[in-house]
Amino acid sequence: MTAPLLSVRDLHVTYRSEAGPVPAVRGVSFDLHPGETLGLAGESGCGKSTIAGALLKVLPPGTEVTGEVLLDGEDVLQMKPGRLRAVRWTEMSIVFQGALHALNPVQRVGNQIEEAIETHRTTPAATARVAELLELVGLPARRAGDYPHQLSGGQRQRVLIALALACNPRVLIADEPTTALDVMVQAQVLELLERLQRELALSMIFITHDLSTLSYVCRRTAVMYAGRIVEEGPAEEVFAHPRHPYASALAAAFPLIGDHSHRMNPSGLPGDPPDPRAIPSGCPFHLRCAVVQPECPELDVELWPAGDGRRAACIHVLAGAAP
Amino acid sequence: MSDVLLETRGLHVRFAARHGEIARAVDGVDLEVRHGEVLALVGESGCGKTTLARTIMGLERPAEGEIVFEGEPVRYEGRFLRGYRGKVQMVFQDPMGSLNPRRTIYEAVAEGLRIQKLPGDEAARVAEALARAGLRPPERFLQLYPYELSGGQRQRVVIAGAMVLNPSLLVADEPVSSLDASVRGEILKLMLELVREAGVTILVVTHDLGLAWNIADRIAVMYLGRIVEEGPAEELLSNPRHPYTRALLSVVPEAEEMEQQILQGEAPDPTRIPPGCRFHPRCPLVASGEAARLGIEERCRTDDLALHEIVADHQAACHAL
Ligand SMILES: Nc1ncnc2c1ncn2[C@@H]1O[C@H](COP(=O)(O)OP(=O)(O)OP(=O)(O)O)[C@@H](O)[C@H]1O
Ligand SMILES: Nc1ncnc2c1ncn2[C@@H]1O[C@H](COP(=O)(O)OP(=O)(O)OP(=O)(O)O)[C@@H](O)[C@H]1O
Ligand SMILES: [Mg+2]
Ligand SMILES: [Mg+2]
Repeated sequence: MTAPLLSVRDLHVTYRSEAGPVPAVRGVSFDLHPGETLGLAGESGCGKSTIAGALLKVLPPGTEVTGEVLLDGEDVLQMKPGRLRAVRWTEMSIVFQGALHALNPVQRVGNQIEEAIETHRTTPAATARVAELLELVGLPARRAGDYPHQLSGGQRQRVLIALALACNPRVLIADEPTTALDVMVQAQVLELLERLQRELALSMIFITHDLSTLSYVCRRTAVMYAGRIVEEGPAEEVFAHPRHPYASALAAAFPLIGDHSHRMNPSGLPGDPPDPRAIPSGCPFHLRCAVVQPECPELDVELWPAGDGRRAACIHVLAGAAP
Repeated sequence: MSDVLLETRGLHVRFAARHGEIARAVDGVDLEVRHGEVLALVGESGCGKTTLARTIMGLERPAEGEIVFEGEPVRYEGRFLRGYRGKVQMVFQDPMGSLNPRRTIYEAVAEGLRIQKLPGDEAARVAEALARAGLRPPERFLQLYPYELSGGQRQRVVIAGAMVLNPSLLVADEPVSSLDASVRGEILKLMLELVREAGVTILVVTHDLGLAWNIADRIAVMYLGRIVEEGPAEELLSNPRHPYTRALLSVVPEAEEMEQQILQGEAPDPTRIPPGCRFHPRCPLVASGEAARLGIEERCRTDDLALHEIVADHQAACHAL
């Protein structure tokens, strides 16, 4: 196997808040290989966007970040501002969550893309590049003259993707890129991302709470709970045969149409997601777990090998039995 | 027939849009909601689902056609509507927007009782509705404010507020789309419980076919203001007939084994409903030449058509069928 392009080691992120520190990410490690798409799943508040923010160092001032984010061996967290500016967008860029409304409403989208390529001027070369980028994301070049309000949600998402790709990054982080979109448009954007990933040999981190979407775009998936990865492995496997009870519950929430065990039988997870300021002891999932064991409230869980390039943080995996 | 609880007959709802144009948001809908069933209304964004739901609630007045509830046409006058809205309740698309942040949970749930001026023990009914919606023990929640609850708990409060009046019909517009995956199943379970234990009938509006597989007895597929396919959920999902339903099903990640047919473009515009079959400009059968080969292409382009029965209880509106 090739060396990872991006290697995250023991990442911890703690926000400051009036009510005290918020440990949103609590020891996360993963690798992203060239040309690979890694999925990051988990319910609201588990820390997905926080990881994205840490990778590009775009977190609020005062936030405490420890660990390593190695891009080609160089730690992003230690970079000087000048170096960081050079890396952002050209090496690693992001399509932010909920950014559909972040486009400047009074500026034509073509000019906004020109700014991202840092020409700030409408030269023939810049115009050509804007046209090229728009066509790359499936929009006719003439839409460069449109203002954001003249575009639909799906078209705006395409512009945001074009912006993120403007400086030919090697790593693209897409944070919930399809969440606010209609089903059919969602499929269009997923198809686009998959094509771009293939054609540009992009490495991608795809963040979503929808596990079923992940198995469609990603080769590998990590499932997060309460600021940690609790299961990782090949996306199809994690979705079809989850090893962690939380990943099971998440997968079961998206029933396969035609699977009679889910017909008139929705399946959910009782209880609420944990508050990051009061994370349960031991395995943080034990309070909601259907197969909890007496030792779980005390158990120091970590990602144990679970066969076939898979790992899961559950006592049942440690014991060698499927939960 | 007596098993029909509510029926829409030739329903049209129009809005004034930009430049003096008219949006035909609901454009000729005949739909039956049967006693004790869960009927899922599915379709792309903008196809008119919420407008149809609001019209069924009596919140929009149809330009043409009528709604018949328990055999009686809905009349648009104060007394009738007030009584009607007690029997037909709605859970709106945006759960945060439908709870007043300055009102306690008790007040939120009691509101419907007060509007309806129902006699009896208000506190007991509120507690019962909360418990039935899964907020147990109810006393724990009565004096809380919405911001003190999780998203799933808030949605339960909204459902309790609707169920406190013991409606015959509950119209739920995207009841779980803003909720986390893990919470989603719990709310769907609750809806099935309400059908089985409280005898309510549910019309659930959703763009999510997986949800329909989870809880719906029947499905109606809406496209550009019209129902284009309708049938028993299992039959319709395992054997979709209309090309639009097939495309919709093919892009759902939960439905494997189908070749993806991603329709290009956005949801179409109700101010410009195409002539003929309204789906023909995006129809894979027309684009691939299949319609021409079948000798129906001319009709697809010019002949508007109604639902017709394909097999027992399963209807679709397509010239190829
Ligand atoms: N600026 C901040 N200050 C304090 N706490 C924060 C801040 N931003 C996020 N948090 C908290 O950190 C936790 C993780 O948030 P994050 O946005 O990473 O979650 P997420 O997994 O992306 O969720 P979602 O699916 O809703 O986008 C949450 O509990 C959130 O409330
Ligand atoms: N009050 C209104 N005035 C003008 N047009 C309207 C109004 N309400 C809805 N429309 C239009 O009618 C069409 C149907 O809207 P509706 O909200 O019913 O769609 P929907 O199927 O519920 O969509 P979504 O899945 O996005 O909620 C849309 O094109 C919408 O723009
Ligand atoms: Mg997020
Ligand atoms: Mg709607």
